[in-house]
Amino acid sequence: MSFQRPLFRHPNLPKNELGFAKADYEGTLSTLCAGCGHDSISAAIVQACYELNVEPHRVAKLSGIGCSSKTPTYFLGNSHGFNSVHGRMPSVATGASMANRTLKYIGVSGDGDSASIGMGQFVHVIRRNLNMVYIVMNNGCYGLTKGQDSATADVGSKSKAGSINPFQPIDLASMAIELGATFVAQSFSGDKRQLVPLIKAAMDHRGFAFINVISPCVTFNNNVGSTKSYDYVRDHIEATATIDFVPHAEEITAQYDPGTETEITLHDGSLLHLKKLANDWDPMDRISAASAMQKARSKGQILTGLLYINEDAKNLHETIESVPSPLNQLDETDLCPGSAVLDDLMMSLR
Amino acid sequence: MKKTNDFVIRFANVNGTGSASANFLFAKSVFRMGIPISAKNIFPSNIQGLPTWYEVRVSEKGYLGRRSGIDLMVAVNPQSLEKDIASVKEGGVLLYDCTKPLYEHYLRPDIRFIGIPLMKLCNEAYTDPRQRQLFKNIIYVGALAELLGIEFNVLEDLLAEQFAGKEKLIPYNVQALQMGVDYVRENNLNIALNVERRDLIGDKILMEGNAACALGAIYGGATMAAWYPITPSTSVAQAFESYAEQLRIDPVTGQKKFAVLQAEDELAAMGMVIGAGWNGARSFTATSGPGVSLMNEFIGLSYFAEIPAVLIDVQRTGPSTGMPTRTQQSDLTEVAYASHGDTKHPVLIPSNPKECFEMTALSFDLAERLQTLVVVLIDLDLGMNDHVSEPLKWDDSRTYDRGKVLSADDLDRLEKWGRYLDVDGDGIPYRTLPGTHPQKGGYFTRGTSRDEYAKYTEDGKEYKKNMDRLLVKWETTKTLMPSAELYQSAYQSDTGLLFFGTTAYAATEAMERLEAEGGQLDAIRIKSFPFGPEVEDFIRQHKQIFVIEQNRDAQMRSLLINELDTNPAKLIPILNYDGMPITAANIVNLIQAHQPITS
Repeated sequence: MSFQRPLFRHPNLPKNELGFAKADYEGTLSTLCAGCGHDSISAAIVQACYELNVEPHRVAKLSGIGCSSKTPTYFLGNSHGFNSVHGRMPSVATGASMANRTLKYIGVSGDGDSASIGMGQFVHVIRRNLNMVYIVMNNGCYGLTKGQDSATADVGSKSKAGSINPFQPIDLASMAIELGATFVAQSFSGDKRQLVPLIKAAMDHRGFAFINVISPCVTFNNNVGSTKSYDYVRDHIEATATIDFVPHAEEITAQYDPGTETEITLHDGSLLHLKKLANDWDPMDRISAASAMQKARSKGQILTGLLYINEDAKNLHETIESVPSPLNQLDETDLCPGSAVLDDLMMSLR
Repeated sequence: MKKTNDFVIRFANVNGTGSASANFLFAKSVFRMGIPISAKNIFPSNIQGLPTWYEVRVSEKGYLGRRSGIDLMVAVNPQSLEKDIASVKEGGVLLYDCTKPLYEHYLRPDIRFIGIPLMKLCNEAYTDPRQRQLFKNIIYVGALAELLGIEFNVLEDLLAEQFAGKEKLIPYNVQALQMGVDYVRENNLNIALNVERRDLIGDKILMEGNAACALGAIYGGATMAAWYPITPSTSVAQAFESYAEQLRIDPVTGQKKFAVLQAEDELAAMGMVIGAGWNGARSFTATSGPGVSLMNEFIGLSYFAEIPAVLIDVQRTGPSTGMPTRTQQSDLTEVAYASHGDTKHPVLIPSNPKECFEMTALSFDLAERLQTLVVVLIDLDLGMNDHVSEPLKWDDSRTYDRGKVLSADDLDRLEKWGRYLDVDGDGIPYRTLPGTHPQKGGYFTRGTSRDEYAKYTEDGKEYKKNMDRLLVKWETTKTLMPSAELYQSAYQSDTGLLFFGTTAYAATEAMERLEAEGGQLDAIRIKSFPFGPEVEDFIRQHKQIFVIEQNRDAQMRSLLINELDTNPAKLIPILNYDGMPITAANIVNLIQAHQPITS
């Protein structure tokens, strides 16, 4: 079942530049457990799209299977959505993007969906630098099948049933950096102040933007001893930097200290303002990003914020040199070479 | 007594030695002399060093199926020599490299041995080892031309075409051909087979089915191909890309009006096709049986979520890895009912390159009209061998059927729209594409059950209503599929032959032979699934039907029984599943063994 929100809107709700209220970016009511981290992430996506003045119909949202993959129903109700097959959202998103490169694509996945069954597609969509936002709602367990450990569960993390996970975790964000993702961030579902600007920056990034969001499972993995519980994560996060997203149209008024602060210009002219907290870290240097993550992990900390960004890499459409207009709008004139060409080809086969 | 324009020649080579182009040169020269040929590559799953064969049947009568019994063997592979000698028909000829003498025990009194010292000639003429290897092949083509009476200028013309742009290579090749000719003349060699010019080809072409499918995808407006390498389908995607590089480039910017993605596996390939189809682009993948197995989950999504997709399945010998470089028609039930749950899919079954082209182009119209996966089912024999075919034609007035897609204006006009609502009674609902309208037409696509307005539901009544509507759509599908070919205007017999795909070549030849012995037969060639009323009628009107196919389990027969509720006793399976294309002799023998057909 999905439950519709009431269509009634208060006439005085604030509107964004396009005339949409924040409620226009919401979807149906969530059927996830009360307190689920995923709902906070959905809310952050709604907030980010509202603030970014995104036209809802210019966004397509795609997902795989699992609790996280149910969330696209709960945001951007006016956008087309595609809840595909377990672990296969990246390929569907790739095909969709090939058909129409002018839309924005948001992919939502979970740790089971991306780090286990979908690992093959996860790594290859990164390699191709598909122009999309890829959010993993990472809770370290399989919620929808009642709490089995996932491949991102930390060694020694205790499940609700009391068993200790004996296997090494897969660190999706480190992996994304290693594979050449052009935007990699990590965040916590409980940190909206950080998550919203990260999503906005990811949506403006031209290329593959990955955000790994630790998102506690309140029902199956929020117990003492779990390393993906609200309490544990709050106690162990360390941010790379504070982040402000300044859309390209806005006037910059704040004064920044050039010593510890960095500005990154995105392709459309928007600015990312970072106030660095981590030492020896440069978000435009892959090696320093990877090393900052390693260091944090060795101290038992979860490094959050923007980890790495590269605004210069070619995305998939640029790599394959496809025409700027959407392939799905080409007609017979563009696509069919006609009978004369075919007759000539036949001559060469006689 | 010479056998004119009616013989089988087989070349036994080592793979990776350049023999393929020399052997094709031979085959095409006979074709250019106006005589129908049928060429079969019998190759190993290997790149270099293993035995490979190329067989050409020359048939003035126009029989294009394989025929067993080798009249002339060109044996240039020492590895397989003993077997090659043994496989020559009684009274046949073996042409071999006599640089080294043959083992005594290889000799057979019932065939003729003609030795040409190919290696010696090459070693004398060339110093470069690669040239020695390549020109050995050309020398034997020259020798064959002289022995069989192939016109030398036909070969010269073919070489000139082959090396257009690399003209300086032509004289070397002509010289090698001449060496073969000269050796035969100087040694007064001759055989009782010959090729005589005829005018039996007309405007026909020589083409591989895979390339024809690729051109069909170009003409049919495919803009996205996603694929994973697998024999024997690889050349479909490669040909599509190479045709697209010629025919789909923006003349001003040089940018591409297509996307070809080599996926990480077949699962991803089908996922990409479905993603593009969902978003309104005509997209396809090409694979073989093992790839279809991997795509099964996504195929069910295409069926249930109603997303256009095209799958070209070039069948090879299964199950499992099977014989990857041999042919079979054994994916039929796999593609017809692919995926879990209640699923079925339209399947187009071409028999020749012209139909490969037409049916692939048609598959995109059908996929968008029916909002489902459409399969084009061919096999290795059709896909990877050159076939004599009617030329491909395109009607410039033809437009694409993009199916029921709502525009922004349509959405503004509509009071209420339901993605899975059957408005027209044909089981096909209206769909919208992402990005069409700022407020209307957005919906959620899913593989889970939903109501007519695309809302998730676990209500059994809604689920059943949807599944029943898909059956209505299946009935509509039947009206859109190409009808079977009937080989007679009125039924003349109570016995029928039923076949499909490449089996048609041997089956029609077998039919002629059986009828020559006094029997009378009717025949039908299935071109698609689900079956049309003409198939039902053919079965009803005949007492017994020989169902001829190239698989072990009589898969077409099973489909007929399952779909048409046919009495199984009426359908007699005639099967060939050794990986080689079925022959007319095989069919005749199996039918005669079942029941002698006489007047």
